[in-house]
Amino acid sequence: MEAATAPVTRPQGRRRKSVSADKAERRLALYMVSPSMILIALVAIYPIGYAIWLSLHEYSVRVPGLSRWAGPLGLRNYSTALQSSDFWDAFKTTFIFTGASVVLELVVGVAMALAMHSAFKGRGVLRTVVLVPWAVLTVVTAIMWRTIFEPDLGFANTVLRALGLPGAHTVWLGSEPQALLVMIFADVWKTAPFMALLVLAGLQVIPDDIYEAAKVDGSTAWQRFTKITLPLLKPAILVALIFRTLDALRIFDLPFVLTKGAFGTNTLSLYSYQTFQQNRIIGLGAAIAILTFIVVMFVSFIYIRFVGGNIRGLTDEGKA
Amino acid sequence: MSTAQAPAVAVSEPRVRERKRKRRRQGQSPWIWVAVVAIMIFCLFPFYWLINVSLKTGADLSSSSLVPPHPTLKNYKSIFQNDDFTNGLKNSAIVAFSVTILALAVGSFAAYALARLKLRGKFIILGIVLSVTTFPQIAIAAPLFKLWTDINLYNTRIGLIIPYLTFALPLAIYILVSFFREIPKDLEEAALVDGATHFQAFRKVVVPLAAPGLATAGILTFIAAWNEFLLATTLTSSKAARTVPAAIAFFTGSTEFEQPLGTICAASVTISIPLIILVLLFQKRIVAGLTAGAVKG
Repeated sequence: MEAATAPVTRPQGRRRKSVSADKAERRLALYMVSPSMILIALVAIYPIGYAIWLSLHEYSVRVPGLSRWAGPLGLRNYSTALQSSDFWDAFKTTFIFTGASVVLELVVGVAMALAMHSAFKGRGVLRTVVLVPWAVLTVVTAIMWRTIFEPDLGFANTVLRALGLPGAHTVWLGSEPQALLVMIFADVWKTAPFMALLVLAGLQVIPDDIYEAAKVDGSTAWQRFTKITLPLLKPAILVALIFRTLDALRIFDLPFVLTKGAFGTNTLSLYSYQTFQQNRIIGLGAAIAILTFIVVMFVSFIYIRFVGGNIRGLTDEGKA
Repeated sequence: MSTAQAPAVAVSEPRVRERKRKRRRQGQSPWIWVAVVAIMIFCLFPFYWLINVSLKTGADLSSSSLVPPHPTLKNYKSIFQNDDFTNGLKNSAIVAFSVTILALAVGSFAAYALARLKLRGKFIILGIVLSVTTFPQIAIAAPLFKLWTDINLYNTRIGLIIPYLTFALPLAIYILVSFFREIPKDLEEAALVDGATHFQAFRKVVVPLAAPGLATAGILTFIAAWNEFLLATTLTSSKAARTVPAAIAFFTGSTEFEQPLGTICAASVTISIPLIILVLLFQKRIVAGLTAGAVKG
């Protein structure tokens, strides 16, 4: 809050103005921010509060008129959720999916970025091509991989069969670890290219001279990668990691379309949806949603501890 | 905190670098070509497979050939005779366009105030705005489902536009703030000296100059709205408001006996086309918008 007043005292600040002009400017600023803030308050913050209220109530559309405080301390929905193995399965799946897909995306993304960076010819084409998976809708991505992993006609099993490899009759989306593997794979396909673009942007601002100097000093390519490239890419990678992790923790559309959450692919978001939308047990569904919210907030809190200062960079204060 | 300084390296002078690189990489190693081809196949082949299946009907569908033996557009014809699909397209278009226009209007106001005007608690405001991007949609979907049912917004387009707008705003504000900051202050100041109000300076000077930023934010908002699935499934129940991604997720063939695989693939290809065209046309702008967020952080 202190920082907000910093620009006023900045020597290179705007020309001096009378107190009333200053007031008018602040009032205008307030008017200009308020529509956004009101919307965000009404449609993001208020519903969270309402969700907490719902989660403390026993409420189900199935039983008309039933809406009551849910048991002792109102936490019955939470204890129901936390005691169900479905919840913990969804919890586990969500974290395995997030961990595996984010790590793979990072590795594939960095590799793709390095290749794109060294490819002088064809980089323009590559940059467009790489955006295709990003532009393909997540639902379509899921349908696409479902088609490819179709047991009899899909491309995956056709290749296995042609090469005479085992597993040519795997029912990919109908067996327990395989379904989750397909889901991770689909996510990596869709988002690794995005990661590659972010990393590429980071690579392009590293001056070539540093590499030349390191080469003169007799460094190996691997040393240049680990000692120069990676540290300088860290900020770009870190931000990409946050966005990807938070997205992955909220994953809903991939399991919805691929398996409807069966065969070890149910995630927290999907489990909540099934509870309040399909089974119409709204109180419990809201409790699961709030638990999901807490998990996501906790993870983003941990991340923000590392890169929190970056938000400042966007406002005046950061550049002072 | 150490990363706070990092944004300083973000601004690039691509042209200078480009020339340097040209000099450095006269001879391209053959391995790079292998990598380039591998990346292309990785990115494009799956979508090709989808197109391939969408052009097959009947017996062809049970062959896993790489090229459709008897390519036909029958599946495409059939999806356009399907009400769920055509209504879905209409809903998607109305919702996505409305959200884009509203997000740009409302977002550019907020972004200008945050980027240029004196305002107490900017850091906190921006913090709140950005924290919304971390909210899991499911935590909003559950209460909105109940709320919208109570006030008759369930299964309406407006019931989708409102939450989409809320989720689109942070990204739009984020991108626009970084674009507004790039516009030289002198131009605005000249307008102010000439007696314009801040609002006039915003409307007549900043907005026209920030047109590329508006386009970038607009494209990304449109794509996000077109793509959205969770709220579209949760807050709609019929073709009256269901957008196309949700519609195809509930797709069954036009008749009981038809293998719907071909039509689902055709629908998937069709709804991806608008986005792929946007990407081909505005590739640079999209990359700039996406990386503005990340590299500048």
